[in-house]
Amino acid sequence: MALSNVLETPASGFNFENVSRNVALDGLLEGGHTKAPKPMKTGTTIAGVVCKDGVVLGADTRATSGEVVADKMCAKIHYISPNMYCCGAGTAADTEKTTDLLSSNLTIFSMTSGRNPRVVMAVNILQDMLFRYKGQIGASLILGGVDCTGNHLYTVGPYGSIDNVPYLAMGSGDLAALGILEDRFKPNMELEEAKELVRDAIHSGIMSDLGSGNNIDICVITKQGVDYIRPYQESEYKDKRQRRYKYRPGTTSILTEKIVPLELEVVQETVQRMHTA
Amino acid sequence: MDSQIKGVSTGTTILAVTFNGGVIIGSDSRASIGGYYVSSKTINKLIQVHDRIFCCIAGSLADAQVVTKAAKFQISFHSIQMESPPLVKAAASVLKELCYNNKEELQAGFITAGWDRKKGPQVYTVALGGMLLSQPFTIGGSGSTYIYGYADAKYKPDMSKEECLQFATNALALAMGRDNVSGGVAHLVVITEEGVEHVVIPGDKLPKFHDE
Repeated sequence: MALSNVLETPASGFNFENVSRNVALDGLLEGGHTKAPKPMKTGTTIAGVVCKDGVVLGADTRATSGEVVADKMCAKIHYISPNMYCCGAGTAADTEKTTDLLSSNLTIFSMTSGRNPRVVMAVNILQDMLFRYKGQIGASLILGGVDCTGNHLYTVGPYGSIDNVPYLAMGSGDLAALGILEDRFKPNMELEEAKELVRDAIHSGIMSDLGSGNNIDICVITKQGVDYIRPYQESEYKDKRQRRYKYRPGTTSILTEKIVPLELEVVQETVQRMHTA
Repeated sequence: MDSQIKGVSTGTTILAVTFNGGVIIGSDSRASIGGYYVSSKTINKLIQVHDRIFCCIAGSLADAQVVTKAAKFQISFHSIQMESPPLVKAAASVLKELCYNNKEELQAGFITAGWDRKKGPQVYTVALGGMLLSQPFTIGGSGSTYIYGYADAKYKPDMSKEECLQFATNALALAMGRDNVSGGVAHLVVITEEGVEHVVIPGDKLPKFHDE
């Protein structure tokens, strides 16, 4: 299924290979008595801010599956290229795979063309791909990066709409985070101020939204390089484990033991010479 | 008012008006989701598809952005093949073909306006299903319903540039005042043989009417 749109135009039409698989799986699960597990969603608060020297991206670290927290230390800021990172909200698998695909395509592109990819190119590739799938790929992305044309922050919606903005929040906690950003954002902020602003925005999302929580990750992208601080701030509501969950060998008593030797004989042996320079 | 458009929609008021020597194309700058959340206050709905041809978008933002990208490429290619700037009608036709041939999947409408050497300033509407219509002026989007009366009463053929700017600004202000999914700033682009001029009017500088 992986397509390299850089090297070849994708096949026309939509690729829904997994739909028949999902239907078959549902049928296998005893006619509806057992339900298929709900896909893991990143409940999420993600935010981004363009400042004087670069772009600051922030995210919480909670991933939910239904009402359960599936991952307390989920990484939502994905690597795209040395100068670009992308925060993802929505279905965790979709954001993960979409950003991986984008990253591979851009690496191939920079090798073949000899140029560093621009943020606007990444955005166009994302738009093409998400539009082709008509919203079936549930990925809401915040793409931020620094290239030769400046510092950029883009939002890409699941249906393929894009917008170039100076500050942004997405995910289920976006309204809370946006309140903080709308109040305190100023153009051309200093880096430290921008980091504090993003931290406060994510914190507000964590406090006001049930789908966001745990720690806060921050990623600072400047012309000099990237500072991926994970975690930037740990949750003050961490639980201390009451007992050890590792059990010594011998905790469970063995009742019976049966050893079956597997007899293998060599049927055929071929030697192939490899010519390596 | 529940919008049938999935994802981000350009709630919108868009218009285009010809005057003596050129054409003015204008829009608001609000993008919304479901009629209750403004996802952008500063979205660009006036897309330049060639040197003297602009296109304004209404409907699903994703559909409109991708269609205009494809149209921009096709018009540019056509212009290189013909070795001359494209006609406004050609640009509008490209959009019409895309909308008509994909009418089941797309939910986007366009107003194309521009200037070419053959017929001067022109305005074309491409509706949702792919209908193409040429008019001296046209209004579109959800906010347009509130200004049909104003536009019909106040439009005069062969206006001057200043009169036309005033007409377009008033129309946008009235629509943005009544339609909840139109708002933000008013973007206007004046296209003439000489060139292209952008005018941006922030919300608080828009003309105010009797009860505001």
